[in-house]
Amino acid sequence: MQELPKAEHRSVRVTPNGKNRVVIEKDLSSEEMILNMGPQHPSTHGVLRLECKTDGEVVVEAEPYLGYLHRCFEKHAEMVDYPGIVPFVDRMDYLAAMNSEFAYCIAVEKLLDIEIPRRVEFLRVIVSELNRIASHLVAIGTYAIDLGAFTPFLFCFRDREHIMSLLEWASGARMLYNYIWIGGASYDFPKGMQKRIDEFITYFRPKALELQRLLTENEIFVKRTRGIGMMPADVAVNYGWSGPMLRGSGVEWDLRRNDPYSIYPELDFKVCVPDGRHSDIGDSLSRHLVRAYEMEESLSIIEQCLDKMPAAEEGFNPRAAIPKRIRPKAGEVYGRAENPRGELGFYIVSDGKSTKPVRCKARSSCFVNLSAMKEMSMGQLIPDLVAIIGSIDIVLGEVDR
Amino acid sequence: MEETPQPRELTAEAKLATVAYEIISEKFGDAISPLDANPTMPFFEVVDAGRWLEIALFMRDNPHLRFTYLACLSGMDYPAEGKLGIVCNLESLGEHNHRIAVKVRCARDNAVLPTVARVWKTAEWHEREAYDMYGIVFANHPDLRRILCPEDWEGWPLRKDYQVQESYHGIQVPY
Repeated sequence: MQELPKAEHRSVRVTPNGKNRVVIEKDLSSEEMILNMGPQHPSTHGVLRLECKTDGEVVVEAEPYLGYLHRCFEKHAEMVDYPGIVPFVDRMDYLAAMNSEFAYCIAVEKLLDIEIPRRVEFLRVIVSELNRIASHLVAIGTYAIDLGAFTPFLFCFRDREHIMSLLEWASGARMLYNYIWIGGASYDFPKGMQKRIDEFITYFRPKALELQRLLTENEIFVKRTRGIGMMPADVAVNYGWSGPMLRGSGVEWDLRRNDPYSIYPELDFKVCVPDGRHSDIGDSLSRHLVRAYEMEESLSIIEQCLDKMPAAEEGFNPRAAIPKRIRPKAGEVYGRAENPRGELGFYIVSDGKSTKPVRCKARSSCFVNLSAMKEMSMGQLIPDLVAIIGSIDIVLGEVDR
Repeated sequence: MEETPQPRELTAEAKLATVAYEIISEKFGDAISPLDANPTMPFFEVVDAGRWLEIALFMRDNPHLRFTYLACLSGMDYPAEGKLGIVCNLESLGEHNHRIAVKVRCARDNAVLPTVARVWKTAEWHEREAYDMYGIVFANHPDLRRILCPEDWEGWPLRKDYQVQESYHGIQVPY
Protein backbone atom coordinates (compact mmCIF):
# COMPACT_ATOMS: atom_id res chain seq x y z
CA MET A 1 0.00 0.00 0.00
CA GLN A 2 1.26 3.38 -0.89
CA GLU A 3 2.05 5.51 2.12
CA LEU A 4 0.37 8.87 2.27
CA PRO A 5 2.62 11.84 2.92
CA LYS A 6 1.96 13.14 6.40
CA ALA A 7 1.30 16.80 6.92
CA GLU A 8 2.81 17.62 10.28
CA HIS A 9 1.55 21.13 10.42
CA ARG A 10 -1.98 19.85 10.29
CA SER A 11 -1.82 18.13 13.63
CA VAL A 12 -4.06 19.87 16.07
CA ARG A 13 -4.78 20.07 19.79
CA VAL A 14 -1.22 20.06 20.90
CA THR A 15 -1.12 19.40 24.60
CA PRO A 16 2.22 19.36 26.40
CA ASN A 17 2.21 15.64 27.07
CA GLY A 18 0.72 14.80 23.74
CA LYS A 19 -2.58 13.56 25.04
CA ASN A 20 -5.74 14.26 23.03
CA ARG A 21 -3.60 14.79 20.01
CA VAL A 22 -5.57 14.52 16.83
CA VAL A 23 -3.67 14.10 13.63
CA ILE A 24 -5.50 14.90 10.43
CA GLU A 25 -4.03 13.37 7.34
CA LYS A 26 -3.55 15.93 4.65
CA ASP A 27 -4.75 13.71 1.86
CA LEU A 28 -8.15 13.24 3.36
CA SER A 29 -8.90 16.84 2.66
CA SER A 30 -9.98 18.00 -0.72
CA GLU A 31 -10.40 21.75 -0.62
CA GLU A 32 -10.82 24.57 1.81
CA MET A 33 -14.23 25.93 2.56
CA ILE A 34 -15.22 29.29 3.96
CA LEU A 35 -17.54 28.95 6.91
CA ASN A 36 -19.13 32.06 8.28
CA MET A 37 -19.80 32.11 12.01
CA GLY A 38 -21.88 34.95 13.36
CA PRO A 39 -22.63 37.83 13.67
CA GLN A 40 -25.85 36.29 14.92
CA HIS A 41 -24.56 33.17 16.57
CA PRO A 42 -25.22 32.28 20.20
CA SER A 43 -21.66 31.19 20.85
CA THR A 44 -20.06 34.40 19.64
CA HIS A 45 -21.47 36.24 22.68
CA GLY A 46 -22.94 39.07 20.73
CA VAL A 47 -22.26 40.31 17.26
CA LEU A 48 -18.83 39.00 16.42
CA ARG A 49 -18.32 37.52 12.99
CA LEU A 50 -15.67 34.94 12.36
CA GLU A 51 -14.77 34.04 8.84
CA CYS A 52 -13.35 30.56 9.16
CA LYS A 53 -11.37 28.91 6.46
CA THR A 54 -12.01 25.26 7.14
CA ASP A 55 -10.47 22.07 5.94
CA GLY A 56 -13.04 19.46 6.87
CA GLU A 57 -13.47 19.84 10.61
CA VAL A 58 -10.25 21.77 11.05
CA VAL A 59 -10.13 25.53 11.12
CA VAL A 60 -7.19 26.66 9.03
CA GLU A 61 -7.70 30.31 9.82
CA ALA A 62 -10.38 32.32 11.57
CA GLU A 63 -10.49 36.01 10.88
CA PRO A 64 -12.60 38.07 13.32
CA TYR A 65 -14.66 40.93 11.93
CA LEU A 66 -15.71 43.58 14.42
CA GLY A 67 -17.68 46.76 14.42
CA TYR A 68 -21.26 45.52 14.42
CA LEU A 69 -21.80 47.19 17.78
CA HIS A 70 -19.63 50.23 17.17
CA ARG A 71 -21.37 53.19 18.81
CA CYS A 72 -18.66 55.82 18.39
CA PHE A 73 -17.84 56.11 22.08
CA GLU A 74 -14.66 58.09 21.45
CA LYS A 75 -16.41 60.57 19.18
CA HIS A 76 -19.25 61.02 21.65
CA ALA A 77 -16.78 61.50 24.48
CA GLU A 78 -15.34 64.53 22.71
CA MET A 79 -18.80 66.10 22.63
CA VAL A 80 -20.02 65.74 26.21
CA ASP A 81 -18.45 66.99 29.43
CA TYR A 82 -16.49 64.79 31.81
CA PRO A 83 -19.32 63.64 34.13
CA GLY A 84 -21.54 63.11 31.10
CA ILE A 85 -19.20 60.44 29.77
CA VAL A 86 -19.87 58.11 32.72
CA PRO A 87 -23.17 56.75 31.34
CA PHE A 88 -21.47 56.11 28.00
CA VAL A 89 -18.76 54.18 29.79
CA ASP A 90 -21.49 52.06 31.40
CA ARG A 91 -22.69 51.02 28.01
CA MET A 92 -19.30 49.81 26.89
CA ASP A 93 -18.93 46.83 29.14
CA TYR A 94 -22.53 46.41 30.17
CA LEU A 95 -21.83 43.32 32.24
CA ALA A 96 -19.38 45.14 34.49
CA ALA A 97 -20.56 48.72 34.36
CA MET A 98 -19.34 49.53 37.88
CA ASN A 99 -15.80 48.49 37.06
CA SER A 100 -15.82 50.52 33.86
CA GLU A 101 -17.02 53.63 35.69
CA PHE A 102 -14.38 53.05 38.30
CA ALA A 103 -11.62 52.93 35.69
CA TYR A 104 -12.86 56.08 33.99
CA CYS A 105 -13.22 58.00 37.24
CA ILE A 106 -9.74 56.96 38.34
CA ALA A 107 -8.33 58.36 35.11
CA VAL A 108 -10.10 61.71 35.42
CA GLU A 109 -9.34 62.00 39.14
CA LYS A 110 -5.67 61.43 38.41
CA LEU A 111 -5.84 64.40 36.05
CA LEU A 112 -7.77 66.50 38.55
CA ASP A 113 -5.60 65.45 41.47
CA ILE A 114 -8.39 65.38 44.05
CA GLU A 115 -8.87 63.51 47.30
CA ILE A 116 -11.75 61.07 47.57
CA PRO A 117 -13.56 60.60 50.91
CA ARG A 118 -12.55 57.33 52.53
CA ARG A 119 -16.05 55.96 52.81
CA VAL A 120 -16.63 56.59 49.11
CA GLU A 121 -13.55 54.51 48.29
CA PHE A 122 -15.09 51.61 50.20
CA LEU A 123 -18.44 52.06 48.47
CA ARG A 124 -16.69 51.94 45.13
CA VAL A 125 -14.64 48.85 45.89
CA ILE A 126 -17.62 46.96 47.29
CA VAL A 127 -19.88 47.67 44.31
CA SER A 128 -17.19 46.94 41.77
CA GLU A 129 -16.27 43.66 43.44
CA LEU A 130 -19.93 42.69 43.52
CA ASN A 131 -20.12 43.54 39.86
CA ARG A 132 -17.00 41.48 39.21
CA ILE A 133 -18.71 38.43 40.70
CA ALA A 134 -21.81 39.10 38.58
CA SER A 135 -19.70 39.43 35.48
CA HIS A 136 -17.76 36.24 36.17
CA LEU A 137 -21.05 34.43 36.78
CA VAL A 138 -22.21 35.40 33.31
CA ALA A 139 -18.85 34.42 31.85
CA ILE A 140 -18.94 31.01 33.49
CA GLY A 141 -22.63 30.42 32.80
CA THR A 142 -22.43 31.29 29.13
CA TYR A 143 -19.21 29.35 28.76
CA ALA A 144 -21.01 26.28 30.08
CA ILE A 145 -23.90 26.81 27.69
CA ASP A 146 -21.46 27.11 24.79
CA LEU A 147 -20.13 23.70 25.68
CA GLY A 148 -23.57 22.19 26.03
CA ALA A 149 -24.17 22.34 29.77
CA PHE A 150 -27.41 24.12 30.47
CA THR A 151 -27.84 23.82 34.23
CA PRO A 152 -24.84 25.89 35.39
CA PHE A 153 -26.16 28.74 33.27
CA LEU A 154 -29.42 28.80 35.20
CA PHE A 155 -27.58 28.57 38.52
CA CYS A 156 -25.32 31.46 37.56
CA PHE A 157 -28.15 33.70 36.49
CA ARG A 158 -30.12 32.90 39.63
CA ASP A 159 -27.23 34.04 41.81
CA ARG A 160 -26.40 37.00 39.60
CA GLU A 161 -29.95 38.23 40.11
CA HIS A 162 -29.22 38.74 43.83
CA ILE A 163 -26.27 40.97 42.95
CA MET A 164 -28.37 42.87 40.45
CA SER A 165 -30.99 43.60 43.12
CA LEU A 166 -28.30 44.69 45.57
CA LEU A 167 -26.80 47.08 43.06
CA GLU A 168 -30.24 48.26 42.05
CA TRP A 169 -30.92 49.08 45.66
CA ALA A 170 -27.73 51.10 45.87
CA SER A 171 -27.91 52.93 42.56
CA GLY A 172 -31.43 52.68 41.20
CA ALA A 173 -30.50 50.77 38.06
CA ARG A 174 -30.07 47.11 37.36
CA MET A 175 -27.27 47.08 34.82
CA LEU A 176 -26.15 50.55 33.74
CA TYR A 177 -25.66 52.21 37.06
CA ASN A 178 -24.04 55.65 36.69
CA TYR A 179 -23.20 55.14 40.37
CA ILE A 180 -19.52 56.02 40.61
CA TRP A 181 -19.04 59.67 39.79
CA ILE A 182 -15.88 61.68 39.32
CA GLY A 183 -14.85 62.64 42.84
CA GLY A 184 -17.52 60.64 44.60
CA ALA A 185 -20.54 58.43 44.20
CA SER A 186 -24.12 59.27 43.42
CA TYR A 187 -25.63 57.89 46.64
CA ASP A 188 -24.54 56.51 49.95
CA PHE A 189 -25.57 52.91 50.68
CA PRO A 190 -29.17 52.70 51.88
CA LYS A 191 -29.75 51.67 55.50
CA GLY A 192 -29.29 47.94 55.97
CA MET A 193 -27.25 47.50 52.79
CA GLN A 194 -24.26 46.16 54.67
CA LYS A 195 -26.41 43.49 56.30
CA ARG A 196 -27.89 42.48 52.96
CA ILE A 197 -24.47 42.18 51.37
CA ASP A 198 -23.33 40.13 54.32
CA GLU A 199 -26.30 37.81 53.85
CA PHE A 200 -25.50 37.48 50.19
CA ILE A 201 -21.92 36.45 50.97
CA THR A 202 -23.15 33.77 53.38
CA TYR A 203 -25.60 32.59 50.76
CA PHE A 204 -23.19 32.64 47.84
CA ARG A 205 -20.15 30.88 49.36
CA PRO A 206 -21.66 27.37 49.21
CA LYS A 207 -23.25 28.15 45.85
CA ALA A 208 -19.86 29.02 44.38
CA LEU A 209 -18.58 25.70 45.62
CA GLU A 210 -21.55 23.93 44.13
CA LEU A 211 -20.83 25.60 40.81
CA GLN A 212 -17.25 24.39 41.01
CA ARG A 213 -18.40 20.84 41.58
CA LEU A 214 -20.93 21.03 38.81
CA LEU A 215 -18.56 22.41 36.22
CA THR A 216 -14.92 22.41 37.09
CA GLU A 217 -14.91 18.84 38.32
CA ASN A 218 -17.10 17.75 35.46
CA GLU A 219 -15.33 15.27 33.25
CA ILE A 220 -17.08 16.38 30.05
CA PHE A 221 -16.34 20.03 30.69
CA VAL A 222 -12.69 19.31 31.42
CA LYS A 223 -12.37 17.18 28.30
CA ARG A 224 -13.72 20.00 26.19
CA THR A 225 -11.46 22.69 27.62
CA ARG A 226 -8.22 21.16 28.84
CA GLY A 227 -5.35 21.73 26.45
CA ILE A 228 -7.51 23.76 24.09
CA GLY A 229 -6.43 27.21 23.01
CA MET A 230 -2.99 27.14 24.58
CA MET A 231 -1.24 30.45 25.05
CA PRO A 232 2.28 30.64 26.44
CA ALA A 233 2.97 33.44 28.91
CA ASP A 234 5.42 35.45 26.82
CA VAL A 235 3.18 35.43 23.76
CA ALA A 236 0.25 36.44 25.94
CA VAL A 237 2.20 39.46 27.20
CA ASN A 238 3.22 40.35 23.67
CA TYR A 239 -0.42 40.26 22.65
CA GLY A 240 -1.16 42.65 25.49
CA TRP A 241 -3.42 40.25 27.34
CA SER A 242 -4.50 41.18 30.80
CA GLY A 243 -6.83 40.07 33.55
CA PRO A 244 -7.95 36.44 33.87
CA MET A 245 -6.62 35.71 30.39
CA LEU A 246 -3.06 36.63 31.30
CA ARG A 247 -3.30 35.00 34.71
CA GLY A 248 -4.58 31.86 33.00
CA SER A 249 -1.23 31.74 31.22
CA GLY A 250 0.48 31.72 34.59
CA VAL A 251 1.55 35.36 34.85
CA GLU A 252 0.86 36.74 38.30
CA TRP A 253 -0.35 40.14 37.20
CA ASP A 254 -3.25 42.02 38.65
CA LEU A 255 -3.54 45.77 38.53
CA ARG A 256 -5.14 45.74 41.97
CA ARG A 257 -1.82 44.41 43.23
CA ASN A 258 0.77 45.62 40.68
CA ASP A 259 -0.48 49.13 40.03
CA PRO A 260 -2.66 49.58 43.09
CA TYR A 261 -5.42 52.14 43.17
CA SER A 262 -8.11 53.12 45.64
CA ILE A 263 -7.90 51.12 48.88
CA TYR A 264 -6.65 47.85 47.41
CA PRO A 265 -3.22 48.10 49.10
CA GLU A 266 -4.99 47.77 52.47
CA LEU A 267 -6.83 44.64 51.49
CA ASP A 268 -5.59 41.11 51.67
CA PHE A 269 -6.32 39.04 48.60
CA LYS A 270 -4.67 36.48 46.41
CA VAL A 271 -3.82 36.95 42.75
CA CYS A 272 -5.23 33.73 41.28
CA VAL A 273 -3.10 31.80 38.86
CA PRO A 274 -3.62 28.16 37.88
CA ASP A 275 -1.31 25.75 39.64
CA GLY A 276 -1.09 23.30 36.76
CA ARG A 277 -2.59 20.40 38.67
CA HIS A 278 -6.12 20.73 37.33
CA SER A 279 -5.33 22.28 33.99
CA ASP A 280 -2.48 22.79 31.57
CA ILE A 281 -1.25 26.31 32.21
CA GLY A 282 -2.39 28.61 29.43
CA ASP A 283 -5.39 26.61 28.19
CA SER A 284 -9.07 27.46 28.20
CA LEU A 285 -9.67 25.55 31.41
CA SER A 286 -7.03 27.64 33.22
CA ARG A 287 -8.80 30.80 32.24
CA HIS A 288 -12.08 29.40 33.47
CA LEU A 289 -10.47 28.34 36.76
CA VAL A 290 -9.00 31.80 37.31
CA ARG A 291 -12.47 33.29 37.03
CA ALA A 292 -13.93 30.70 39.36
CA TYR A 293 -11.26 31.30 42.01
CA GLU A 294 -11.47 35.04 41.61
CA MET A 295 -15.10 35.06 42.66
CA GLU A 296 -14.08 33.71 46.05
CA GLU A 297 -11.33 36.31 46.36
CA SER A 298 -13.86 39.01 45.55
CA LEU A 299 -16.12 37.68 48.28
CA SER A 300 -13.30 37.96 50.78
CA ILE A 301 -12.46 41.49 49.57
CA ILE A 302 -16.07 42.55 50.11
CA GLU A 303 -16.05 41.04 53.59
CA GLN A 304 -12.89 42.92 54.52
CA CYS A 305 -14.35 46.13 53.14
CA LEU A 306 -17.51 45.72 55.17
CA ASP A 307 -15.37 45.30 58.29
CA LYS A 308 -13.11 48.25 57.65
CA MET A 309 -15.62 50.64 56.17
CA PRO A 310 -15.97 53.80 58.26
CA ALA A 311 -19.52 54.38 59.42
CA ALA A 312 -21.39 57.20 57.79
CA GLU A 313 -21.08 60.36 59.84
CA GLU A 314 -24.09 62.56 60.41
CA GLY A 315 -24.90 64.27 57.14
CA PHE A 316 -22.38 62.26 55.10
CA ASN A 317 -22.72 63.13 51.45
CA PRO A 318 -20.87 61.05 48.86
CA ARG A 319 -21.21 63.96 46.43
CA ALA A 320 -19.47 66.41 48.78
CA ALA A 321 -16.03 66.11 47.18
CA ILE A 322 -17.27 66.44 43.62
CA PRO A 323 -15.93 69.64 42.08
CA LYS A 324 -18.63 72.08 40.96
CA ARG A 325 -17.18 72.34 37.51
CA ILE A 326 -14.93 69.57 36.26
CA ARG A 327 -12.29 71.21 34.15
CA PRO A 328 -8.88 69.53 34.55
CA LYS A 329 -5.76 71.52 33.89
CA ALA A 330 -4.02 70.92 30.60
CA GLY A 331 -2.40 67.53 30.52
CA GLU A 332 -2.86 63.95 29.63
CA VAL A 333 -3.30 60.81 31.60
CA TYR A 334 -3.53 57.09 31.16
CA GLY A 335 -5.66 55.76 33.98
CA ARG A 336 -6.61 52.13 34.32
CA ALA A 337 -8.24 49.60 36.56
CA GLU A 338 -8.67 45.87 36.74
CA ASN A 339 -11.89 44.98 35.04
CA PRO A 340 -13.35 41.44 35.19
CA ARG A 341 -12.05 41.07 31.64
CA GLY A 342 -8.66 42.66 32.15
CA GLU A 343 -7.09 46.06 32.04
CA LEU A 344 -9.52 48.79 31.12
CA GLY A 345 -7.61 51.98 30.46
CA PHE A 346 -8.56 55.47 29.48
CA TYR A 347 -6.20 57.82 27.71
CA ILE A 348 -7.60 61.29 28.30
CA VAL A 349 -6.22 64.57 27.00
CA SER A 350 -7.40 67.87 28.42
CA ASP A 351 -6.57 71.25 26.99
CA GLY A 352 -7.22 73.04 30.30
CA LYS A 353 -9.86 75.34 28.84
CA SER A 354 -12.79 73.16 28.01
CA THR A 355 -15.07 70.99 30.16
CA LYS A 356 -14.91 68.35 27.46
CA PRO A 357 -11.91 66.14 26.80
CA VAL A 358 -9.94 66.71 23.63
CA ARG A 359 -9.42 62.98 23.34
CA CYS A 360 -10.77 60.07 25.29
CA LYS A 361 -9.49 56.74 24.12
CA ALA A 362 -10.74 53.60 25.76
CA ARG A 363 -8.27 50.76 25.88
CA SER A 364 -10.70 47.93 25.94
CA SER A 365 -9.58 44.73 27.56
CA CYS A 366 -11.46 42.26 25.40
CA PHE A 367 -10.59 44.10 22.19
CA VAL A 368 -6.97 43.32 22.97
CA ASN A 369 -7.69 39.82 24.27
CA LEU A 370 -9.66 39.01 21.15
CA SER A 371 -6.83 40.07 18.85
CA ALA A 372 -5.10 36.77 19.57
CA MET A 373 -8.09 34.86 18.22
CA LYS A 374 -6.59 34.39 14.79
CA GLU A 375 -3.48 32.76 16.13
CA MET A 376 -5.27 30.67 18.74
CA SER A 377 -7.78 29.24 16.30
CA MET A 378 -5.24 28.00 13.78
CA GLY A 379 -5.50 24.25 13.35
CA GLN A 380 -8.27 23.78 15.91
CA LEU A 381 -11.47 21.85 15.41
CA ILE A 382 -14.65 23.89 14.91
CA PRO A 383 -16.20 22.85 18.25
CA ASP A 384 -12.95 23.86 19.95
CA LEU A 385 -13.21 27.25 18.33
CA VAL A 386 -16.39 27.74 20.34
CA ALA A 387 -14.54 26.71 23.49
CA ILE A 388 -11.81 29.25 22.76
CA ILE A 389 -14.15 32.17 22.09
CA GLY A 390 -16.03 31.37 25.27
CA SER A 391 -12.84 31.32 27.30
CA ILE A 392 -11.89 34.82 26.09
CA ASP A 393 -15.13 36.07 27.63
CA ILE A 394 -15.79 38.91 25.25
CA VAL A 395 -18.41 41.59 25.63
CA LEU A 396 -18.90 43.04 22.19
CA GLY A 397 -20.08 46.31 23.64
CA GLU A 398 -16.56 46.82 24.91
CA VAL A 399 -14.78 45.39 21.89
CA ASP A 400 -16.53 47.70 19.45
CA ARG A 401 -17.20 50.62 21.81
CA MET B 1 4.64 88.82 48.43
CA GLU B 2 4.16 86.58 45.49
CA GLU B 3 5.36 83.05 45.83
CA THR B 4 7.18 81.50 42.93
CA PRO B 5 5.77 78.07 42.07
CA GLN B 6 8.06 75.36 43.36
CA PRO B 7 9.08 72.69 40.88
CA ARG B 8 7.02 69.67 41.72
CA GLU B 9 8.66 66.68 43.37
CA LEU B 10 8.86 63.81 40.91
CA THR B 11 6.44 61.00 41.62
CA ALA B 12 7.75 57.46 42.01
CA GLU B 13 6.41 56.60 38.57
CA ALA B 14 8.13 59.58 36.97
CA LYS B 15 11.42 58.67 38.70
CA LEU B 16 11.33 55.17 37.24
CA ALA B 17 10.48 56.60 33.86
CA THR B 18 13.44 59.00 34.09
CA VAL B 19 15.83 56.12 34.67
CA ALA B 20 14.44 54.27 31.68
CA TYR B 21 14.49 57.40 29.57
CA GLU B 22 18.17 57.95 30.23
CA ILE B 23 19.06 54.53 28.83
CA ILE B 24 17.08 55.25 25.68
CA SER B 25 18.47 58.75 25.21
CA GLU B 26 22.02 57.43 25.54
CA LYS B 27 21.53 55.53 22.30
CA PHE B 28 18.89 57.59 20.51
CA GLY B 29 19.58 61.04 21.99
CA ASP B 30 19.37 62.77 18.64
CA ALA B 31 16.09 61.12 17.63
CA ILE B 32 13.99 61.77 20.74
CA SER B 33 12.84 64.80 22.68
CA PRO B 34 13.57 65.42 26.38
CA LEU B 35 11.36 63.57 28.87
CA ASP B 36 8.27 65.35 30.10
CA ALA B 37 8.23 63.99 33.67
CA ASN B 38 4.72 65.10 34.56
CA PRO B 39 3.00 63.27 37.43
CA THR B 40 0.12 61.85 35.37
CA MET B 41 1.84 60.39 32.33
CA PRO B 42 5.61 60.81 31.79
CA PHE B 43 6.32 60.78 28.09
CA PHE B 44 8.84 61.61 25.42
CA GLU B 45 8.43 62.17 21.74
CA VAL B 46 10.20 60.46 18.88
CA VAL B 47 11.23 63.43 16.76
CA ASP B 48 12.65 61.34 13.94
CA ALA B 49 9.58 59.19 13.21
CA GLY B 50 11.53 57.06 10.75
CA ARG B 51 13.50 55.56 13.63
CA TRP B 52 10.45 54.65 15.71
CA LEU B 53 10.63 50.94 14.83
CA GLU B 54 14.30 50.79 15.76
CA ILE B 55 13.62 52.55 19.07
CA ALA B 56 10.66 50.26 19.76
CA LEU B 57 12.76 47.14 19.26
CA PHE B 58 15.48 48.55 21.50
CA MET B 59 12.95 49.39 24.20
CA ARG B 60 11.52 45.89 24.12
CA ASP B 61 14.75 43.94 24.01
CA ASN B 62 17.25 45.92 26.06
CA PRO B 63 17.71 43.97 29.32
CA HIS B 64 17.49 47.15 31.41
CA LEU B 65 14.34 48.36 29.72
CA ARG B 66 12.28 45.32 28.68
CA PHE B 67 9.12 47.23 27.76
CA THR B 68 7.37 43.97 27.00
CA TYR B 69 3.80 45.18 27.30
CA LEU B 70 2.11 47.72 25.08
CA ALA B 71 -0.84 48.76 27.19
CA CYS B 72 -2.41 51.18 24.76
CA LEU B 73 -1.80 52.78 21.41
CA SER B 74 -4.03 55.75 20.68
CA GLY B 75 -4.29 57.80 17.54
CA MET B 76 -4.21 61.56 17.99
CA ASP B 77 -5.05 64.61 15.96
CA TYR B 78 -3.16 67.87 16.48
CA PRO B 79 -4.98 70.27 14.14
CA ALA B 80 -3.10 73.35 15.39
CA GLU B 81 0.24 71.94 14.32
CA GLY B 82 -1.18 70.23 11.25
CA LYS B 83 -0.10 66.85 12.51
CA LEU B 84 -1.43 63.44 13.37
CA GLY B 85 0.22 61.05 15.74
CA ILE B 86 0.11 58.06 18.02
CA VAL B 87 0.64 57.73 21.75
CA CYS B 88 1.94 54.42 23.08
CA ASN B 89 1.73 53.54 26.74
CA LEU B 90 4.46 51.04 27.45
CA GLU B 91 5.22 49.00 30.49
CA SER B 92 7.74 46.44 31.61
CA LEU B 93 5.32 43.82 32.82
CA GLY B 94 6.56 41.90 35.81
CA GLU B 95 10.22 42.66 35.19
CA HIS B 96 11.20 46.26 35.95
CA ASN B 97 7.68 47.60 36.41
CA HIS B 98 8.45 50.96 34.88
CA ARG B 99 6.07 52.76 32.59
CA ILE B 100 6.60 55.38 29.95
CA ALA B 101 4.59 56.86 27.12
CA VAL B 102 5.97 57.50 23.66
CA LYS B 103 4.54 59.92 21.14
CA VAL B 104 5.22 59.75 17.45
CA ARG B 105 3.86 62.35 15.04
CA CYS B 106 3.55 62.69 11.32
CA ALA B 107 2.34 65.30 8.88
CA ARG B 108 -1.40 65.51 8.37
CA ASP B 109 -1.31 65.49 4.56
CA ASN B 110 1.17 62.63 4.35
CA ALA B 111 0.31 60.52 7.37
CA VAL B 112 2.70 57.60 7.24
CA LEU B 113 4.35 56.00 10.24
CA PRO B 114 6.36 52.80 10.61
CA THR B 115 4.40 49.95 12.12
CA VAL B 116 5.34 48.27 15.38
CA ALA B 117 2.91 45.38 14.91
CA ARG B 118 5.84 42.98 14.70
CA VAL B 119 7.34 44.27 17.93
CA TRP B 120 4.16 44.11 19.98
CA LYS B 121 1.32 42.08 18.53
CA THR B 122 -1.13 44.29 20.42
CA ALA B 123 -0.21 47.06 18.03
CA GLU B 124 -1.68 45.21 15.08
CA TRP B 125 -5.29 45.88 15.97
CA HIS B 126 -4.59 49.18 17.66
CA GLU B 127 -2.86 50.45 14.55
CA ARG B 128 -5.75 49.26 12.46
CA GLU B 129 -7.97 51.30 14.74
CA ALA B 130 -5.75 54.37 14.40
CA TYR B 131 -5.88 53.93 10.64
CA ASP B 132 -9.64 53.54 10.75
CA MET B 133 -10.22 56.62 12.88
CA TYR B 134 -7.44 58.98 11.79
CA GLY B 135 -6.23 57.70 8.46
CA ILE B 136 -2.68 57.17 9.62
CA VAL B 137 -1.05 54.70 7.27
CA PHE B 138 1.30 52.29 8.97
CA ALA B 139 3.95 51.26 6.51
CA ASN B 140 4.52 47.49 6.28
CA HIS B 141 1.60 46.70 8.53
CA PRO B 142 0.63 43.02 8.00
CA ASP B 143 -3.08 43.68 7.51
CA LEU B 144 -4.03 47.33 7.32
CA ARG B 145 -7.78 47.49 6.90
CA ARG B 146 -10.54 49.36 8.68
CA ILE B 147 -11.53 47.57 11.84
CA LEU B 148 -14.55 49.22 13.47
CA CYS B 149 -16.09 51.14 10.57
CA PRO B 150 -17.28 49.41 7.40
CA GLU B 151 -14.68 48.90 4.70
CA ASP B 152 -16.27 51.43 2.36
CA TRP B 153 -16.82 54.20 4.90
CA GLU B 154 -15.60 57.60 3.78
CA GLY B 155 -13.35 59.87 5.80
CA TRP B 156 -11.56 59.56 9.11
CA PRO B 157 -14.14 59.93 11.88
CA LEU B 158 -11.98 61.08 14.78
CA ARG B 159 -10.14 63.83 12.93
CA LYS B 160 -11.27 67.17 14.26
CA ASP B 161 -12.34 68.42 10.83
CA TYR B 162 -14.36 65.31 9.99
CA GLN B 163 -17.55 65.82 8.03
CA VAL B 164 -19.85 62.85 8.02
CA GLN B 165 -20.89 61.55 4.63
CA GLU B 166 -24.39 62.34 3.38
CA SER B 167 -25.49 58.81 2.68
CA TYR B 168 -24.17 55.31 3.00
CA HIS B 169 -25.57 52.76 0.53
CA GLY B 170 -28.69 54.88 0.14
CA ILE B 171 -29.15 55.28 3.90
CA GLN B 172 -29.21 58.84 5.20
CA VAL B 173 -26.37 59.23 7.69
CA PRO B 174 -26.64 62.51 9.61
CA TYR B 175 -29.84 62.93 11.60
